[in-house]
Amino acid sequence: MDNDIFQGYKGDALEILKKYQVRVWGTTKVETTRGSFEGTVLPRAENDDDKHIVVKIITGYNIGIDTRTITSMVETGYKKANYKIPEKQFPFTPGLPSVKLFGTGGTIASRLDYRTGAVIPAFSPGELYGAVPELADICNLDTEKIFAVFSENMGPKQYMALAKAIGKEIEKGIDGIVIGHGTDTLHHTGAALTFMCQNLPVPVVLVGSQRSSDRPSSDAALNLMHAMKAAGQSDIAEVQICMFGPTSDEYGLLHKGTRVRKMHSSYRSTFRTIGDTPLARINRDEILPIKKNYNKRRNDKDVKILPFFHDKVTMLYYYPGMAPDTLDALVDAGYKGIIFVGTGLGHVNKELYPAIERAHAKGVHMYMTLQTLWGYVHMFVYDTGRDMMAKGIIPAGNMLPEVAWVKLSWVLGQTEEPEEVKRMMLTPINDEITNREPYNGYLVYQGGVPEVEAFIKDVHK
Amino acid sequence: MSFSSKDNYDKTKKDSGWLPRRDAKQQDYDKVGFMSGLEVHQQLLTKEKMFCHCPAGIYNHSDDYDAEIIRHMRPTLSELGEYDGTALMEFRTRKEITYRIKNETACTYEVDDTPPFPLNREALGISIEISLLSKLNVVGEVHITRKQYLDGSIPTGFQRTAIIGVEGELELPNKKIRLIQLSIEEDSCREISDIGHKRVYKTDRLGMPLIETVTYPDFVNPDEVKEGCDYIRFLNRSTGKVRTGIGAGRQDVNVSCRGGSRVEIKGVAHTKWIPELTHNEVFRQWSLLRMKDYLIEKGAEVNKWKISHFDISDYSAFNSELLINAKKNDFKIIAVNLPAFEGSFSWFTQPGKMFANEITDRLKVIACIEKPNMLHSEELNNSMNEGDLDFIKKSLKSNDGDAQIVFWGPEADVKTALETIEERCIMALEGIPEETRKSLTDGTTIFERVLPGADRMYPDTDTAPIPLEDDYIKSLESGLPEDIIDRYRKLKDWNVPEDVYTYLFSKDLFPLMEEIITKTEITPSYLGTFLGHRLKFAEGQFKSNEEFNYRVILRLFEFLKSKGLDFKLAEKMLPFLMEHPMMEFDSIIASLKHKRKSKEDLVARIPILKEKFANGKTEISEADRRNWIMGQLRNSAIGNISLHELSKEI
Repeated sequence: MDNDIFQGYKGDALEILKKYQVRVWGTTKVETTRGSFEGTVLPRAENDDDKHIVVKIITGYNIGIDTRTITSMVETGYKKANYKIPEKQFPFTPGLPSVKLFGTGGTIASRLDYRTGAVIPAFSPGELYGAVPELADICNLDTEKIFAVFSENMGPKQYMALAKAIGKEIEKGIDGIVIGHGTDTLHHTGAALTFMCQNLPVPVVLVGSQRSSDRPSSDAALNLMHAMKAAGQSDIAEVQICMFGPTSDEYGLLHKGTRVRKMHSSYRSTFRTIGDTPLARINRDEILPIKKNYNKRRNDKDVKILPFFHDKVTMLYYYPGMAPDTLDALVDAGYKGIIFVGTGLGHVNKELYPAIERAHAKGVHMYMTLQTLWGYVHMFVYDTGRDMMAKGIIPAGNMLPEVAWVKLSWVLGQTEEPEEVKRMMLTPINDEITNREPYNGYLVYQGGVPEVEAFIKDVHK
Repeated sequence: MSFSSKDNYDKTKKDSGWLPRRDAKQQDYDKVGFMSGLEVHQQLLTKEKMFCHCPAGIYNHSDDYDAEIIRHMRPTLSELGEYDGTALMEFRTRKEITYRIKNETACTYEVDDTPPFPLNREALGISIEISLLSKLNVVGEVHITRKQYLDGSIPTGFQRTAIIGVEGELELPNKKIRLIQLSIEEDSCREISDIGHKRVYKTDRLGMPLIETVTYPDFVNPDEVKEGCDYIRFLNRSTGKVRTGIGAGRQDVNVSCRGGSRVEIKGVAHTKWIPELTHNEVFRQWSLLRMKDYLIEKGAEVNKWKISHFDISDYSAFNSELLINAKKNDFKIIAVNLPAFEGSFSWFTQPGKMFANEITDRLKVIACIEKPNMLHSEELNNSMNEGDLDFIKKSLKSNDGDAQIVFWGPEADVKTALETIEERCIMALEGIPEETRKSLTDGTTIFERVLPGADRMYPDTDTAPIPLEDDYIKSLESGLPEDIIDRYRKLKDWNVPEDVYTYLFSKDLFPLMEEIITKTEITPSYLGTFLGHRLKFAEGQFKSNEEFNYRVILRLFEFLKSKGLDFKLAEKMLPFLMEHPMMEFDSIIASLKHKRKSKEDLVARIPILKEKFANGKTEISEADRRNWIMGQLRNSAIGNISLHELSKEI
């Protein structure tokens, strides 16, 4: 018997199944020292132990049976699960904008297989229509799965592939592009695409979900509707991230790809624009711009696709007492660019100075960003800052650390000439450095303060 | 002869075989094929909730909250793709759900903004203990499963739940009841309001650990269901590790009649309500099956049957008050014709209710139209004006033998309302719809939700399976209390009157009783009566101090024994003790003005009292005299000699 019929089982559990000739998907009656159990044998997750067999009992629940208690087992039937997704034709509606959805591996929509509990991603237009029929009222949809990777595995190769795919779609005359993406590195991709796809004539909207789409309370469907609407109908022709505004099902926010950050590990409202206001609010009925100046939608196809990326750029998150050998090690490993994430206004300790000088002498491009996330690097305020600039570290304004890493990688992919690198780094492409920080660009309220409590009671968080 | 709704109601009530419960005998239930099973829910006494570290058992008032969150529930694709329309009822209702959150009792887990923390081990241990007591086969590995709920009662849209044991048995005094399973699950939100398309919940109770014991449908009459339910609750309480008080134990009761369907009466808070509810439900189903036959005989065909409707919102000459009001509110007013349905609306379903109630209840729940939401052609009162009905019939071009409904509500809800009416009527031609029903205090029920099936279960991807090793189970086994049925038999042997058993078990007083008996050698039947009558009465009568707990009673009897005082003195001391549990027993006796008197002192007073009683009387009844003297000496005697002994001396 080949191993597929014992899906996921190993060691003792596999031996037991073989011994009693019971297959995965077989209905079984098991006698144990704890009494008898009946149900269907389910596949076992790869990382679970080899001491239990998983059975779905008649009431729909799953249980595990300890192999050490099993005295006999018999297969009474067999019924293999069927993984088919019901598909409905996505309707074409004349007059609606055409939107292209690129899949990268994040699950935006999915269906459940109740028998197995497996979450099956829904991706083709037909599948998506089955999951979120409201999409058909927003746009005419076409989809393409570019690759299937987890968010944390998105990287330079994928950025460049996406940029090229975007270029091709614009060439073909698409009205807007949506990219489905895991949320962990959504903002890295947002920054990369902003630099790689310049002078966009149409919106490019990145979207994900914080609660998987297999649950009734998921944010996926609403995010997807918002993203499709932004891509097809909005006037903002920039790379944007579209996710929940508050944690309530009320409205979404459109953030610039260069100014946004994931700020909570699990909240729905995790994406926040840092040091500025978001581009716009969006709900199912309307798009409400917050920023007055943005790149408008155009009819031409004059996009500039610049798919460059240098893979020897790293980040160094400073901590008190950091020893110089940490920096030396990076330089010795051949890194050409280092983004420092410094304390306060952009500082590291004096012990690092010799290592910084050494790195500079070896031609490493070094830029300073902030652990505080909000605010500007100000290296003139204290002597240490002036010292560091003298030793070759360049302040990166209010560029977010991750964005600076993406940008330096992108710049070094094109030139290593220090002055040109510096010029490109400090010349903003789309507000990765802003001239001014508005008073409402920094709002981190503290609970317990009476007026804040009154606010969150009134306005949904 | 013209149709009379009143006569029809009375006739169909008689034909259904419904009779008051006190008159019903086993053969009446056998005739309709009474069948019932239980799902008994019991909150566990843990410090924290099941999947997060919020405190368990702290409740907030509905208007005391720190923030609100709004959510909408969406069915997942498989339901859209694979299941029929009824499964989507909750989605059709398009509810906006608001959760009221109080910082003290809810964190980001409750509102589904963070994944679960590891399962509360205290709760797991208690649920295994109760599984063992219920003779269930304990699983080798606990798998957390998600059970989908689209009504919003849980913000994730599913309840995290897991099976602890399957296939158990419960021994009642006269019968064995088989158990299907015991699961552990997180409790749901408490509903604050549900009006139109807005439903509001509070999240204080959400996430508290709860067990659910499910029986096979082995009960054959209403009293037996109650008895079984009491036993499950007593068993749970015998561990001393479950919560008590309002809402800590709730049950869903499944009922069907022969040829009927499983109907779940949800959230019955008191077991004493079970008999009336199950009695009425079985006859509701039985009567509806009679109606089905009647309608089919009249020519209604399941596959062809269709309603027709007509918008009469613009008509301005209504006479019925409800229609005049509907017009004032600018509602859409829709007349509906139901072919060959004459006789159905006034068909008896439950005491004081008829088939029309089934429709108006569904219009409220599914179409979200607040009641009163309709009138029909067979109203028992005069709420439907004759002229209006004629106009409606004319507008609909109704035939003789048809029935008519007129309903009103917001325009957006009209489509769902029409679907709901047609759907329920077609169901009436097919049999009894499976549904959950809400219990009312008068013993009747109303429609609550469509009954979900087993297909809404899927594994929780956020939690790992928890292995249950033999050693762990053995260690729990060693601390188990004895079986309820064994205790029941002991009480019988002790001649404790049966009327106090329920109280003793529900307060889990048996272990204390045994301890008092062992330590003080008190007569068990007296102690049983003391607890079951005196203590129960005192609890209803006096407000007990927070410090009061039943252990004080043991100390009290030990004190009486050590001082050589009569145990009966406890009856007088109890009220004081409840109010001042920290008070010294001596001080209580002092404040009762109890004086120690020897038997000789008391007996010495008898001749004087006899003389006093005889004073001026010509004839003396022995019994009267004894009673009078007993009355005179009673207070001094209590605590010094037993009244029985005193009576003998007289």
